[in-house]
Amino acid sequence: MAMRQGERVTLVQMGLGQSGTVVEVLGGKGLVRRLDALGIRPGKKVTKISATFFRGPVTLRVDSAQIAIGFGMAGRIMVEVDKELPRSQGR
Amino acid sequence: MRILLMGNPNVGKSALFSRLTGTHIIASNYPGTTVEFTRGYLRRGEEHAEVIDVPGTYTLEPTNRAEEVACEMLKEGDLVIDVVDATNLERNLNLTLQLLERKVPVIVALNIWDDARHRGIDIDVVRLEKLLGVPVVPTVGVTGQGVKELVRRLPEAAMHQESYATSDERWARVGDIVSQVQSLSHRHHTWYEVLEDISNHPLGGVFIAVVVLLATFFAIRFIAESLIGYVAAPLFEWLWTPLLMKLSLALGQGGFWHSILIGNLVDGKIDYLRSFGLLSTGLYIPFAAVLPYIIAFYLALGVLEDVGYLPRLAVLLDTFMHRLGLHGYAIIPTILGFGCNVPAIMATRILEGRRQRFIAATLISIGVPCAAMQAMIIGLVGQQGGQYVALVYGSLFLSWVVVGLILNRAIKGFSPELLVEVPPYRLPPWRVIGEKLWLRVSGFIREALPIVLGAVLVVNVLYTLGAFDFVARVTAPVVSGLLGLPKEAVIALAVGFLRKDVAVGMLAPLALTPGQLVVSCTVLAMFFPCVATFVVLARELGWRDMLKASGVMVAAALVIGGLLNLLL
Repeated sequence: MAMRQGERVTLVQMGLGQSGTVVEVLGGKGLVRRLDALGIRPGKKVTKISATFFRGPVTLRVDSAQIAIGFGMAGRIMVEVDKELPRSQGR
Repeated sequence: MRILLMGNPNVGKSALFSRLTGTHIIASNYPGTTVEFTRGYLRRGEEHAEVIDVPGTYTLEPTNRAEEVACEMLKEGDLVIDVVDATNLERNLNLTLQLLERKVPVIVALNIWDDARHRGIDIDVVRLEKLLGVPVVPTVGVTGQGVKELVRRLPEAAMHQESYATSDERWARVGDIVSQVQSLSHRHHTWYEVLEDISNHPLGGVFIAVVVLLATFFAIRFIAESLIGYVAAPLFEWLWTPLLMKLSLALGQGGFWHSILIGNLVDGKIDYLRSFGLLSTGLYIPFAAVLPYIIAFYLALGVLEDVGYLPRLAVLLDTFMHRLGLHGYAIIPTILGFGCNVPAIMATRILEGRRQRFIAATLISIGVPCAAMQAMIIGLVGQQGGQYVALVYGSLFLSWVVVGLILNRAIKGFSPELLVEVPPYRLPPWRVIGEKLWLRVSGFIREALPIVLGAVLVVNVLYTLGAFDFVARVTAPVVSGLLGLPKEAVIALAVGFLRKDVAVGMLAPLALTPGQLVVSCTVLAMFFPCVATFVVLARELGWRDMLKASGVMVAAALVIGGLLNLLL
């Protein structure tokens, strides 16, 4: 399922290869802090570069680093999707 | 003077450390904990400064116990070399600014400088230095480029003590700095990145994992068997045996000292697996049977670690590991366990939550035989045929999975989620791999040798005193009834508490059938941790959880051993 520009979705819903801006982390202080330390925080641009089968982790590119995030956690990170999508394979 | 090397994980800290310190490095535990760090010395003129490679951390507000140690160590440093990954300036500077808030002089090593250039990342070093108010030196740890300059400028390290009220404020400042000093230009896709893309693809990832694990397995076997066949065995045969035979004659080929030092002669000759004297089997097991496998295993592990492959394996296995109450990252301590369970259980510190650490540590003690034990299993059971070795490994893997499934159901709570940086593939820094290999191998010799010799000695003395007959009679119902082993096998099981490699060696003279060998090796691997693992389990989990874990181990071992006995 392709995401239109400006739509708010979780990392899980975001299509492969899509980029977006983190808008909110729905989680406790601990989660927010751990993500913050890795540079994932509201306002940050991220690109989803892979997702694994069977509710596996989602891998993001954040600047030039790659961060893998467990499925449940990824479902609590809200992203505003950028415009066009190169090769969307939403799951 | 004490210099701390601090920075995010995967920023090439160890390579830089090795360039700064030269050869004499020591691995130690942080007092009161089991987080390991390495220490070495830097010579500047007449002065020797201690350099400490602090465990990598993303923040000074610790999010796990390994990071806590990094923060604790910060209090004891006189100077911090902040190692910054130039390819990832923004996130790394966040830690730099946190360091600058502390009361300690800081100098920045802008590392992986070469790679940043390749990637089209240009950083205005002079400007960055001005903005931070501390010296910034571009370095390439792997080649040593910039290290001299870094050392020359150490005295310029400065304190800054700027402070930020909130994390957002700090990030805003980071963003400000980055926008002023960094410019990006077009770059080419490197073949590493092509490889990264393949391993990010789910199917490509599985394919690469299978290839990597198979290649690792065969490389370990090939290296170890070559070392045994061409180096260790000939050395013992041509140099050591003649000496021992002379000693044997001098001792009159029998008597108390003969049986302690040389053991029983088999057909008038020394049989290194069966004689069981201090100087025969006691030296042969650690040096000829086990050491080659230790070297091969840690060489392979070092390469996997430093190439950046292990986090990818963690991502791939995450879904599966969740069924066992763990997340993917738990595979890293587990793989360490195939070398030695002690550092593996310490490494469970990187996992979040008591529950996850308990499950991971218990599973490692049950289903992951250490390299020393594996070497003996391959040597002894392998004589009967590869299928029996496979049977031992298969049973262990199965119990690892089944016990994990059960523990995940039985223990309240849930497994935390994976959150891990996947570092880019990098060429292995051979210098670092060599040093790490040396640290680990010499650690094995230092720690294992005395216990091996002690175990062989104790066994011999107790044999002579006849103490084992009593134990064997008492435990006969379980050992013979349930497991179908001769009652002497209980002695090997008991010795397993001291050293599992020696214990497997003790099975050699018993003339067991292949089936009995499989049962005894499997039970020995699962039954109880060796004394070193036992102590570390208690320290890491607390006595109560350690006893619980031991209970799980004993129960699992008896069930699996009983089943195998019925089937074989």
